[in-house]
Amino acid sequence: MPLFWLRIAVILYGVGLLYSFLGLSRKSEWLSRFVIPATALGALLHLVSLVETTFEYGHIAPTTVHHSESLLAFLCMALFLAVWAVYRTTAFGIFVFPLVFLLTFAASIGQQPPEFTSELLRKGWIVAHVALIFAGYAALFLSFVASIVYLLQERGLKSKSSGTISRLPALEVIDQIGYRALILGFPFMTVGLIAGSVVAQAQFGATFFLDPKILLSLLMWAVYMLLLFTRWNSGWRGRRAAFLSSFAFLIAVGAWAANYFSGVHRFLQL
Amino acid sequence: MRLSLLGVNHRTAPVEIRERFAIPESRLAEATQRLARHPGVEEGMIVSTCNRVELLVSSENGHTDLRGFLREYFKTDVSPYEEHLYELNERDAVRHLFRVAASLDSMIVGEPQILGQVKEAYAVARGVGAVHSNLNGVITRAFAVAKRVRNETQVGSSSVSVASVAVELAKKIFGSLEGKHVFLVGAGKMSELAAKHLLAHGAGSIFVANRTHDRAVELAGRFQGEAIRFDELYDTADRADIVISSTGAPHAIFRREHGVKFLQRRKNRPMFFIDIAVPRDVDPEMNRLDGIFVYDIDDLQSVVASNLSDRKSEADRAEQIVEAEVDRCLARFNEKEIVPTIVSLQEQIETIRQAEIDRARGRLGAMTPEQEMAVDALTKAIVNKILHTPITTLKSAAREAEANTLEETIRRIFNLKTEAPKKDQPE
Repeated sequence: MPLFWLRIAVILYGVGLLYSFLGLSRKSEWLSRFVIPATALGALLHLVSLVETTFEYGHIAPTTVHHSESLLAFLCMALFLAVWAVYRTTAFGIFVFPLVFLLTFAASIGQQPPEFTSELLRKGWIVAHVALIFAGYAALFLSFVASIVYLLQERGLKSKSSGTISRLPALEVIDQIGYRALILGFPFMTVGLIAGSVVAQAQFGATFFLDPKILLSLLMWAVYMLLLFTRWNSGWRGRRAAFLSSFAFLIAVGAWAANYFSGVHRFLQL
Repeated sequence: MRLSLLGVNHRTAPVEIRERFAIPESRLAEATQRLARHPGVEEGMIVSTCNRVELLVSSENGHTDLRGFLREYFKTDVSPYEEHLYELNERDAVRHLFRVAASLDSMIVGEPQILGQVKEAYAVARGVGAVHSNLNGVITRAFAVAKRVRNETQVGSSSVSVASVAVELAKKIFGSLEGKHVFLVGAGKMSELAAKHLLAHGAGSIFVANRTHDRAVELAGRFQGEAIRFDELYDTADRADIVISSTGAPHAIFRREHGVKFLQRRKNRPMFFIDIAVPRDVDPEMNRLDGIFVYDIDDLQSVVASNLSDRKSEADRAEQIVEAEVDRCLARFNEKEIVPTIVSLQEQIETIRQAEIDRARGRLGAMTPEQEMAVDALTKAIVNKILHTPITTLKSAAREAEANTLEETIRRIFNLKTEAPKKDQPE
């Protein structure tokens, strides 16, 4: 049943995907009326699916790759909807929808047998670790999207072509969204990493540090820190901030992918 | 019913003429009442704004002397103004009303105030009972058309003056202008206007710097701003988010190195330079700095031009909507108008039928109820069959222009009396 809801959610997210394909063209105007209702309903069903899965396994921490993809997609979607609720802009969807669609689509392909069967997953520390890190990922992704939208809008204003300018939110609004996402995501990420370290320390001792996944995560955290620091110290935004946050995003993708060749982070039956 | 409209507007008359016929709001109710009582007028409405004065009336026979109303009301001879007046009837009057309400006849096409003004005029006219039946339908239709135009076209949605484009751009950079500071460098008419617009949209304080400091002080006083000495310009300019520059300097006063310094002090918060000076005050190189946006007068004007051409093409679409709505509106009215003719035609024939049955009854003698019914059914069938084509033809003709002639013909052929158009009667 969770899969059923998820598949309907994918179809609804398809409206969002279509919207992002139309991009900033004039045609997207009529679609923008449906995109929020459709994707919000999708997110609701997505939530239903997640809750059902949680009951099935008895804990919130993802038990399969698909499950974790689904959880991350939902968090991104929830953040996007929060931005829409506050700022009434769907422009971020152009970049958010493809990722959400892709992740959810992959997750809805089929039911995997529980992969991460380690007893560790039932521990509160791990649950906190996963939930916090995922929220941090989603916030980082949103601030990355914000920096791209910022660049687009800046380009539009500088080139003095009125076309794209009118469809995007104001420059300072985009900046604010990106900044708030960073501020929101950083504590999640930090506490999430600490929680993970606590578990790993207890389980593997000090050697867990040398795992590629852990190293990438720490690097990502450092770049994240740098992003915030340059912002506070010299108000970096626009091009320089976009460069940094795309770097952070790339490392985040790497850290996510590192799961496939990480020793300590596989949560197989121990 | 006939609709007529007499008026002057910004296209046909300069303000000196328009103001002669303007009716202040306080006297509009009384004027509308008098219009409604004018000979021949059934219903009437007066729209009086700074750009137009228009009398719209419906009359039974189309013979209303609206010029006579102007003559009496303003106690002046109207003939010298003949070249400025326009009089429209029926279809043209409906179309004009629709275009006015949809803001297609405005000086700035698409400006939103006019609809409100027409609505007020309508409320006044209804209030004094000058508008009740026929005109009511046309005017409320005009409001619906205006709404349709606003919803289905972009005709009112873009800025078409340099000052409003400046505001629009500032909003695209800063979102809300709330609490943003504006710096006027040089005091000119246009920069003053732009500043006024920005303030009206929420901008916070204003700084003014001018080569002649007294002028700066005077201007700052008017905006309740702060006058800055011109030699302190570079040390203070970064306090402003929006700089409007319009000095007569022969070369740029804001150069790239200034921009770099400003950004540093502002921690890279964006800055918007509006350069309306010729020769330019702001080095275009500044626009290359991240976070600084420079628009010179040509940039602003090209935005205005592209907005205007957008409006133009949108206005063309709006005109099509209006035209279609005029057709629909008139069709409905004509259909309503044809009803009395159809009714009197049916009555006429029915009278003949009854009379013939009565005459026949004398000759046929007493009939059984069945026979009575048979005769009745027979005659009714004949009458209905004969009338069928004329009535359907009348109904379908009502939607087209030939309605009146066809109606006339039928009235004459069947010798129908009553409310035939009284066009030929003397007043």
